Amino acid sequence: MSPSTIALTVIFIIVVSGSAIGFYAGTRHKMSLEQWTVGSRGFGPLLMWLLMAGETYTTFSFLGASGWAYSRGGPALYILAYLPLAYVISFFILPPIWELGREHGLQTQSDFFLARYRSKYLAAFVSVVGVVFIIPYLQIQLTGLGIIVEVASFDAIGRTQAMIIAVALLAGFVFVSGIRAVAWVSVPKDILMVLAAVTLGIAVPRIYFGGIGPMFATLVRSHPTHLVMPGATATLNHGWYISTVLLTAMGANMWPQAFGASFTAKNAATLRRNAVVMPLYNLSLAFIFFTGFAAYLVMPGLANGDLSLLAVVRKTFPAWMLGVVGGAGALTAMVPAAVLILTAATLFSKNLYRPIFAPAMTDDQVARLARTMVVVLSLVSLSLAIFSSTTLVSLLLLGYAGVTQFFPGVVLGIFWKRVTMPGVFAGLIAGVACATLLILSNHDPLAGVNAGFLALCLNFAIAILLSLAIGLRQRTLESAPTGR
Amino acid sequence: MNRPSLRAVVVALIPFCAMCFSVSAWDRVYPMVLGLPFNFFWLLCWIVLTSVCMGIVYRIESARAAKPSRDPGERLP
Repeated sequence: MSPSTIALTVIFIIVVSGSAIGFYAGTRHKMSLEQWTVGSRGFGPLLMWLLMAGETYTTFSFLGASGWAYSRGGPALYILAYLPLAYVISFFILPPIWELGREHGLQTQSDFFLARYRSKYLAAFVSVVGVVFIIPYLQIQLTGLGIIVEVASFDAIGRTQAMIIAVALLAGFVFVSGIRAVAWVSVPKDILMVLAAVTLGIAVPRIYFGGIGPMFATLVRSHPTHLVMPGATATLNHGWYISTVLLTAMGANMWPQAFGASFTAKNAATLRRNAVVMPLYNLSLAFIFFTGFAAYLVMPGLANGDLSLLAVVRKTFPAWMLGVVGGAGALTAMVPAAVLILTAATLFSKNLYRPIFAPAMTDDQVARLARTMVVVLSLVSLSLAIFSSTTLVSLLLLGYAGVTQFFPGVVLGIFWKRVTMPGVFAGLIAGVACATLLILSNHDPLAGVNAGFLALCLNFAIAILLSLAIGLRQRTLESAPTGR
Repeated sequence: MNRPSLRAVVVALIPFCAMCFSVSAWDRVYPMVLGLPFNFFWLLCWIVLTSVCMGIVYRIESARAAKPSRDPGERLP
């Protein structure tokens, strides 16, 4: 057999058997809206862990982490730091969100804003912002998947074909099994990804340099500045590092899909225990960095750093290994893509369409609409991924800066009694507008600080000051003599 | 409103100080430890220590929750 046939066969087996698990996951459960979106709030620690790991570690951690190590060097360290800190934050905010979710039957992020602030317009705005920022993220997963399969199959399968097959499979298992499918497909995905990451991270430096230590010693000798900030960049310095780590640590819990996933937990203690254990999973990323740094020395000058991991695997290992890495990479794109599609479909049907256009719809009708939206959104993101290839990275940065603007509304909503709906609404609009303007006009980072972080500060300031002002005005009115 | 205890928040802030705010103090190559550049080694250590800190926070908070009611009637609106 030719190398490409071997690699393709391995990829095919991994992707199809992974998807089969997804289809099977939901067949023993009757799919009501609540079962489909939040698994009837019955996920114990193991499923919960799988779901969270499944949606947090995306193609961007696989290709992006090695790509940043390759093309930027030192600044890539932020990727090691922000996820553990995101779990620290999750310890304090997810359990109260879950409690509120159980009391009021919440299923989405937008539901949370509706229950807390009692404004269907704020809730609808939250879902619009959520869907708008989900779509580029989804597009990135699909493009990443296309690249992985194309490179891993020695160009035997084109990018477009690979994306079409994968989207058909993942739309299928989301349609049938909902969130359960996502959690279960995470099983092979996480096992394969960790195995592939550790194997590559140890083997590649060993083959070319005799080990990880000698590899770093060579790197320090030949490129002494690559390993510290700002590395190969001009602007990504310590101020940028601090603001970006803070922004992304807060933002990681604000992606609508991550937020929604917390409602699947069986109880609040599950979420707290997860926050204790999950940071350790981040250790596997270190091995992906090792591969990226090794690639930087072994095959310098690649135009696209995101390809460095696959390129070095293709150069170093036999075809079946490339197949395993390609299959793991494909699942690593499919699992997050599946949960993104599910979340966007639910947000659209439950929080945008029903409250604004068709208040009489029953839950079953919403569930049917959401499943139709799975198909529609799959087609939309597929065509975006096929026909546009522009500035994906800047779109992702924009997405992170955008969804983090939910943070003030969520945290103040949980911990501060006096926060008001107009304050949060105004802060959110200002934050999203400011982040979008700064990033699209290429002012990120601004004065060495992450633009999304600046927008977040503005957002917080507006939400707090406006809420205080409204509270003050109400108290003045109440204490005025005519009021009593 | 069920606020976390001050002790829990203080312990949870330790990883932020170590991995984020103090970056200028540890972002350097030397001394290399176990073959790793110092900044890399520092972050890997703190990934593990973050879990340890959160284990402590978990204990503090569950010990507090086990104690009979501090205003259990108070809930979010």
